[in-house]
Amino acid sequence: MNRSEPLVLGIETSCDETGIGIVRGRTLLSNTIASSMDEHARYGGVVPEVAARAHLEALEPAIHAALAESGVALSDIDAVAVTSGPGLAGALMVGVGAAKALAVSLGKPLYAVNHLVGHIAADILDSNAPPLEYPTVALLVSGGHTSLLLVRDLTSDVELLGETMDDAAGEAFDKVARLLGLPYPGGPQIDRVAASGDPDAIAFPRGLSRASDMAGHRYDFSFSGLKTAVARWVEQRAARQEQEPDVDWSLPVADVAASFREAVVDVLVTKALAACRDYDVPRLLLGGGVIANRRLRDVALERGAAAGVTVRIPPLSLCTDNGAMIAALASELIMSGRPASTLEFGADSTLPVTEIQVAESA
Amino acid sequence: MILGIDTSLGSAVAVVEPDGVIRSQVESVDPRGHAEVIGTLIVRALAEASITPADVSHVVAGMGPGPFTGLRVGIAAARTFALGRGIPVVPVASHDAVALEMLLHSALTGGYEDVADERFAVVTDARRREFAYTVYRGLDDDGLPIRLAEPALIPRDDLDAVLTRDGIARRDAERIPAALLAVCGARAITAGRTIASADALYLRSPDVTPPSTPKRVGT
Ligand SMILES: [Zn+2]
Repeated sequence: MNRSEPLVLGIETSCDETGIGIVRGRTLLSNTIASSMDEHARYGGVVPEVAARAHLEALEPAIHAALAESGVALSDIDAVAVTSGPGLAGALMVGVGAAKALAVSLGKPLYAVNHLVGHIAADILDSNAPPLEYPTVALLVSGGHTSLLLVRDLTSDVELLGETMDDAAGEAFDKVARLLGLPYPGGPQIDRVAASGDPDAIAFPRGLSRASDMAGHRYDFSFSGLKTAVARWVEQRAARQEQEPDVDWSLPVADVAASFREAVVDVLVTKALAACRDYDVPRLLLGGGVIANRRLRDVALERGAAAGVTVRIPPLSLCTDNGAMIAALASELIMSGRPASTLEFGADSTLPVTEIQVAESA
Repeated sequence: MILGIDTSLGSAVAVVEPDGVIRSQVESVDPRGHAEVIGTLIVRALAEASITPADVSHVVAGMGPGPFTGLRVGIAAARTFALGRGIPVVPVASHDAVALEMLLHSALTGGYEDVADERFAVVTDARRREFAYTVYRGLDDDGLPIRLAEPALIPRDDLDAVLTRDGIARRDAERIPAALLAVCGARAITAGRTIASADALYLRSPDVTPPSTPKRVGT
């Protein structure tokens, strides 16, 4: 196997995106994504069985598309990489089964890797950015996870500082969008209507941010209380309208959206920068689909600069779930001399972030 | 050489020669854990048949019916194994393999004349207090089981009444014989026939309901 610039095909099926990526060393050759998002829209959130069925149908066409785009033949591949977890079990299993059979068929090594660490590896593929420096704090925010990590080395030392205790931030956006009568997915919709709103209009709660939370949950997140607070505010407004039909108590959707978004962004950035300060790490890496949120990027850059923290934001196409980041992580593992995974691993929906590679051969 | 893969109940992989001679068959009866074992089973089936992936000309995929989560693992594996080699996937209904096994067994034990005209149902567990069943009678000119009715679901308590009413013998199956699945595929290839849809036989829609209006949280 070429260990100096391995050609790796990565398969990612942990949520609702079927991602096939092809990288050569640290160079991105293809980042092909088939999303089943539209199929979930009518349910207001990702339905695991719908996502898993979509993966089975999308995998083969996505592999063909990725090969065509990169001009690579399957026989040229040095290794196959796949997400073992964390994620939706049934969805992960499709990718695991597919990756194992592909690796056996090609007679190539297989690397089973951690999805969250993959999000960090995505940054390496950003050809416009200087090399990733260690240690770095990483904030990963999507519809499936909200995690704060300390990365001392991508291939060998990643520590979980905190994560959400209930909803992921992206889920909170979806749920609040529904409360406001906005379609799925909620993130872009909230962002759109919030543009004309006042972020300080309503003081929504910041989860796990009280002094008493700092001992046990300093870097953890909670968004279900925030979601309930928004629901209550909306209901009270409607009740008021019933009592006083002559007064206009209609919902100021823009202000609610802007205030909700501000509460989410404030907590995310505050806790991420606190980790940077506590661990004396002047670097923060953002990843995950919620990074698409303009306000989150702006606040992170602005407050990061004020705190002397360099904030890195990979291109959005590498922030959302994708196969290129899985291939990139495997490529780093190969270049650092790590042996392949055995074929004896499964889908692990709660794979801890410390397990960067799964089932490493002895 | 033909590679057969089925994960509609347990996980089973086999290699047969194009004329149907069985070279290997390995399986795990674990009704879960399909993703864990599928790669190792493929490697073992190839090794026991003394062949390499390059010797495989077709991959036969068991399309179900079966519990969704496991079923997909084998279909995905069959598709990517074939993709890696640039060879075709031959879809086969998983119950066909059981039907063929029963009919061949009867033929070998001399009882085939008795069962050739018998109508029987291959019955497998579909979970959620339902069975999946497919009704067969004998073999056609290509040596493939004749399906009288396509795979369907039925509440467990209703099965016997329906089969008795229609004079159909009940044949429960706990496992899918991957070798016989591959033989069904081999016979379909020889006959130039397509005998199953290329889509997974789920038989059930994903059970989700579109959300109603958000629940009230109270004040
Ligand atoms: Zn993700």
